[in-house]
Amino acid sequence: MGALASARIGVVTFPGTLDDRDAARAVRLAGGEPVSLWHGDADLHGVDAVVLPGGFSYGDYLRAGAISRFAPVMDVLVDAAKGGLPLLGICNGFQVLTESHLLPGSMIKNDHLHFACREQVLTVENAETAWTRDYTRGQRITIPLKNQDGQFVADERTLDELEGEGRVVFRYADANPNGSRRDIAGVTNARGNVVGLMPHPEHAVEAGFGPASEAGPRAGTDGLGFFTSVLGALVSA
Amino acid sequence: MGRVVVEVMPKPEILDPQGKAVVRQLPRLGFTQFTSARQGKRFELEVEGDVTDEVLAAAREAAETLLSNPIIEDVVRVADISDVDAEVPA
Repeated sequence: MGALASARIGVVTFPGTLDDRDAARAVRLAGGEPVSLWHGDADLHGVDAVVLPGGFSYGDYLRAGAISRFAPVMDVLVDAAKGGLPLLGICNGFQVLTESHLLPGSMIKNDHLHFACREQVLTVENAETAWTRDYTRGQRITIPLKNQDGQFVADERTLDELEGEGRVVFRYADANPNGSRRDIAGVTNARGNVVGLMPHPEHAVEAGFGPASEAGPRAGTDGLGFFTSVLGALVSA
Repeated sequence: MGRVVVEVMPKPEILDPQGKAVVRQLPRLGFTQFTSARQGKRFELEVEGDVTDEVLAAAREAAETLLSNPIIEDVVRVADISDVDAEVPA
């Protein structure tokens, strides 16, 4: 068995998580082994990387991601991420990462106040993180976006820092769907092992079930690169 | 039984989408005098005994760690509810 096939990627389920099964499926389609992790279990069970999937953990009560941040699994996950464990937060998972202060900024309600659900074009700004190394800088990818609290905000100094250090990983292309500062769709930490974004790569991993692409309706698989990237990063680590 | 009031508001520099929606609706109901609205949160934390300095200190800590996110919100008040009620004219 090769290193790729033996990579175990944890997918955390909180009460109210919706996209854990899709995330696990994306891991499997990329060639990894998904491992279910439970919010109440302070144990990562030896996984090589972790995905915090989307949904509405704790009903978004208080603030999106605010209650989940204090789940037992997060204590061990925050330490592991600070030690270099690859960690991807998608949508609600991204909100959990900002509430945990693993990533800067925060998400507030979309500027137009509506739930947004669309196939979103992104520009890859940083193709050197653990989760984006299979993309190229400047590449345009299309993956679904679906959220109510998706407006990325941070103070100007933080935004300048993020830009200066190349830590903006994705920007919304063509149109900004929610008022996010500087069109930012996803960011990373200084080390590049922790990435968070609002759109959903795990919904664009298999032809027939993804967004429209040049290959035809629902043929888009632009999200698969996140999961192949991390498998590659683990092999070369 | 005592009660502590914690009030949290969006930071001034953060646009408040909910407040904007509220202020847009007001003139349609004839309230043309309000030029801006901001929407925050009020929490009421109950304790068994009186609201002591220790209780207020704990409430302040809870306000900074869980009840607000310092990136987007400010804690604008942590106080004994009887002091808050006393401000309201009869």
